[in-house]
Amino acid sequence: MSTQTKSSTIDSIVKMEKLNKWYGTFHVLKDIDFDVAKGEKIVVCGPSGSGKSTLIRCINRLEEYQEGSLTVDGVALNEDIKNIEAVRREVGMVFQHFNLFPHLTILENLTLAPLWVRKIPKKEAEATAMEYLERVKIPEQALKFPGQLSGGQQQRVAIARSLCMNPKIMLFDEPTSALDPEMISEVLDVMVELAEEGMTMICVTHEMGFAKKVADRVIFMDAGQIVEQNNPQEFFDNPQNERTQLFLSQIIDH
Amino acid sequence: MDNTFTPIEARKPPSGAIGPIAWMKASLFSSPVNTILTVFFAYIIIRFVPPIIDWAFISANWVGTTQEECTKSGACWIFIKQWFSQLLYGSYPESLHWRVNLALIGLVAVVVLQFFLPQHLRRRVGWVSLLVYPLISLWLMYGGFGLETVSTDKWGGFSLNILLAFAGILMSLPIGIVWALGRQSEMPFVRVVCISSIELFRGVPLITILFMGSVMLPLFFPAGVQLDKLMRAFIAITLFQSAYMAEVIRGGLQAIPKGQVEAANSLGLGYWKTMRLIVLPQALKISIPNIVNTFIALFKDTTLVLIIGLFEVLSTIQAALQNSNWLGGHHIEGYVFVAFVFWVFCYTMSRISVHIEKKLDTGHSRS
Repeated sequence: MSTQTKSSTIDSIVKMEKLNKWYGTFHVLKDIDFDVAKGEKIVVCGPSGSGKSTLIRCINRLEEYQEGSLTVDGVALNEDIKNIEAVRREVGMVFQHFNLFPHLTILENLTLAPLWVRKIPKKEAEATAMEYLERVKIPEQALKFPGQLSGGQQQRVAIARSLCMNPKIMLFDEPTSALDPEMISEVLDVMVELAEEGMTMICVTHEMGFAKKVADRVIFMDAGQIVEQNNPQEFFDNPQNERTQLFLSQIIDH
Repeated sequence: MDNTFTPIEARKPPSGAIGPIAWMKASLFSSPVNTILTVFFAYIIIRFVPPIIDWAFISANWVGTTQEECTKSGACWIFIKQWFSQLLYGSYPESLHWRVNLALIGLVAVVVLQFFLPQHLRRRVGWVSLLVYPLISLWLMYGGFGLETVSTDKWGGFSLNILLAFAGILMSLPIGIVWALGRQSEMPFVRVVCISSIELFRGVPLITILFMGSVMLPLFFPAGVQLDKLMRAFIAITLFQSAYMAEVIRGGLQAIPKGQVEAANSLGLGYWKTMRLIVLPQALKISIPNIVNTFIALFKDTTLVLIIGLFEVLSTIQAALQNSNWLGGHHIEGYVFVAFVFWVFCYTMSRISVHIEKKLDTGHSRS
């Protein structure tokens, strides 16, 4: 199924060119060139502070950048708030700490954006929301509040909430890092299913099993740069860069 | 070993562990210090409470119309009774008291509506009533459009405190919200204006603001333009308490994790929708105790308008005490009565706040 995906630049849905970002005087992203093809699944890994979260947060403009250019789904991401909101409508994001809205029920969490951003009628939005809750296997929790759910359930709700906006790209920012170990697989299962349906996904994660299973490409970042990228097979079995080898030995050797 | 589980039958607790005697032992006499405190407070209660009850009720004078009929040693409640109408309505013409009553009943109705309407009506009817009621009550109080006009210098008594407080509360919450959001704005100009104005109003005593409003404000208006004295007091109190409200709400805003805004943004919600749907509902909820605290402060501050010559309830008491028929020194009765009335209202507000908090509690920590 990955015949048309591989790095055909015409199909790029995300296109970063010479992207640079600073926090104050700290240079977090350095000359990043990064293309994502439609339907491609990318796993980004690297040590903490390497800029991987910042990189994907640039794609829906939760972070701004200072130099270079970034085009998402044909829209240039710049200061223009209209463009930013247009991009955000098409890009879903799942956070490490779920960030569900605690004052709203699960169903309301899911229908909020379709109602207020897409202006979809309530009935329809609720029907869609229930469909996605079925898909993440917790329709019976629809009327509860987020605080009543386990971490794994909350994260699945968060995924469903993004999907309700019918996004073209899904960003995952360490979606399993805050979960108890026994809940990680239920979230990963949902992500694998989503990948199989052909969603364009960019995941910051250290779940190497997941990377091997679904990624078209694994990217290793350190010190604000893309150090190495390759298909998972090559990346794990035959890492080229010394830094990558060190990192992989550290995360696998215990 | 038998592998079936047989639960042990539940037994009664030992007799020393429950019952009033056990409770007293545990709560009142658990240690020497606790025993001394218990005895001390028992003494205070026995020494002071009966005389107060005696003064306020048993030996009090309830029946009659003049000071001379206060023959018993207790409180002279006749004083309050005779001045009651003044204390409630001030100099509002007696034949038009029904208009004040109607305005006050309307106020109670509007507040009650917010709680007892069915959910789907509460949003619409509740909010509309909050917006329409002030106009209707203003019309009832002031007149015009077919009603006889009663100028604001005739308004007075406790009804003035209540209406001033309610108007202040209605205005200070939205102003406080806007001010608090402005204070956090990313636009430096908006931020600086908001911070400096909040600090100005918060850093000056209310009495000073009232005097400024009453004496200095007219100097800035062109000759001939007169702003009503009550209006000036209202603006002064509202701005003063709005500044406090802004700080209270800022506290609430800062308690909302950044992830909430990020999640809302990532779903495509813009600034205003994020604030309205995500941030403010949570921030206001956790600020309720402090918001109501500010409301209560505002309500009590309405007595300060007496210093610029408005006849609210305290100044009415003072006037009554100087009346030649009532020179027997009824200060205590007067002030106890005012204190009691304020306490009842403030306590009610605090109960309502507890009720709202319970109602809005989704019972669980934020994610």
